[in-house]
Amino acid sequence: MYFARRALLAVLAVLFLTLPATAQDKFITVASTTSTEQSGLFKHLLPAFTRASAIEVRVVAVGTGQAIKLGEKGDADVLLVHHKPSEEKFIAEGWGVKRLEVMYNDFVVVGPDSDPAKIKGITDVSAAFRKIAETKSTWASRGDASGTDLAEKEIWQALGIAVSKSGPEWYRELGQGMGPTLNTSAQLPAYTLSDRGTWISFKNRGPLQIVVEGDQKLFNQYGVMLVNPAKHPHVKVELGQQFIDWIVADAGQKTIADYKIEGQQLFFPNARKQGS
Amino acid sequence: MSEILSAFSIAFDLIVSLDRELIEIIRRTFLVSLSAVAIATLIGLPAGAVLAVVRFPGRRALVILINALMGLPPVVVGLVIYLVLSRSGPLGFMGLMFSPTAMIVAQCVLIVPIVTALSHQVLRELYEEYREQLCSFGATLPQMILTILWDGRRNLVTSVMAGFGRAVAEVGAVLIVGGNIAGVTRVMTTTIALETSKGDLALALALGMILVVTAIALNASAFLVGDAAPARQGG
Repeated sequence: MYFARRALLAVLAVLFLTLPATAQDKFITVASTTSTEQSGLFKHLLPAFTRASAIEVRVVAVGTGQAIKLGEKGDADVLLVHHKPSEEKFIAEGWGVKRLEVMYNDFVVVGPDSDPAKIKGITDVSAAFRKIAETKSTWASRGDASGTDLAEKEIWQALGIAVSKSGPEWYRELGQGMGPTLNTSAQLPAYTLSDRGTWISFKNRGPLQIVVEGDQKLFNQYGVMLVNPAKHPHVKVELGQQFIDWIVADAGQKTIADYKIEGQQLFFPNARKQGS
Repeated sequence: MSEILSAFSIAFDLIVSLDRELIEIIRRTFLVSLSAVAIATLIGLPAGAVLAVVRFPGRRALVILINALMGLPPVVVGLVIYLVLSRSGPLGFMGLMFSPTAMIVAQCVLIVPIVTALSHQVLRELYEEYREQLCSFGATLPQMILTILWDGRRNLVTSVMAGFGRAVAEVGAVLIVGGNIAGVTRVMTTTIALETSKGDLALALALGMILVVTAIALNASAFLVGDAAPARQGG
């Protein structure tokens, strides 16, 4: 009995006492989107920043809508998200200090290779969406108020096609992140809108392939913002600003450009022309 | 099908190569869940014993409530803990959001009812058996509670391990309050959810297998310790 109990205690002691001492003392919390995390960009980008600055970056990857909520509540120091109207509203309401553009990629429409709506090769995304609606081909929507979800909803809205979680029947709102939505789309199968980064790094494609790409409307800009210390005094202004300065400067921009999967660049740095 | 097969070889490779990141994640998983279980045990076992021994008005209602709380939905618990620990919440000043501590709190809330309800179940039967004897010895209430806790210890292992099972398998609550931050709050279940999101089903399944195997190993060692304990009065 004593031996067994002591053995178990010893195991527990080792487990508890060898707490990782590797964590940096200085860290910031960045609320960002699933696309930047799930595409592997952060795994490539953040170690470079930590090496340069000795600041650890803790990323909470959620949809843009939720990331902005985390910023408003003060649970993050920096936001790196991709829905310009939401970001500008965040700044206008005083939750953020300043919005800087960091990088872009683009959205692609993916769908089953059987292509029931016959849209493969169309370059006008609005025309493609209209055909999907006309042929009542199954569409899988994120439905999670993420940047991708909002971008998709804007295209439907501009076409005057009413879609929501209550229908029409061919329109399926999943309420999930990009990866799970692609997993589901491959099974249904359905058309869906994905950011290119997540798509390139996604492994369970099934019958899905890119059907529409290259339209100006599919441009996907990422912005970075420091949460306003006037609203949340505990925000790590100095460390957060160091991260922002680094990511929009040459070092960060080059690291973003260097990230490739199978030779394809996933994100394109464009911090040069700084807007508001 | 190919995913299931390759999951086995990936799991094998990960274990054989002692993948550092994986070992970190496994250790963090057990650190968080065992802490939660330790706290839940300190609360749940005495609470279960008191419910078994002490008669007080509202006791039945309380037992029913605790039984019902065994089914608390993790996402709801996660959301409530988030709102409490958020910087804008009542305990925001503690800065616990997105930390392992927040995850321990969430798991605790989920499993205290389980440990309490199950140990109450065990101890109530034991108390029925012991009551006359204890009364004839003139045992005080604290003595009675200590006696049934001690003599019921082997069966109580099951109550505690049920709590551990829920804690270690849980994903909804720890995802919300932990944030699945790599190297800080990423545990086995949130890693599995992430890899599933990335469409890497084979890796996700491999991690799942490793989680199940380690949980079995921990359960087995807990029962071995329990069995090695000298049985007293058939307890």
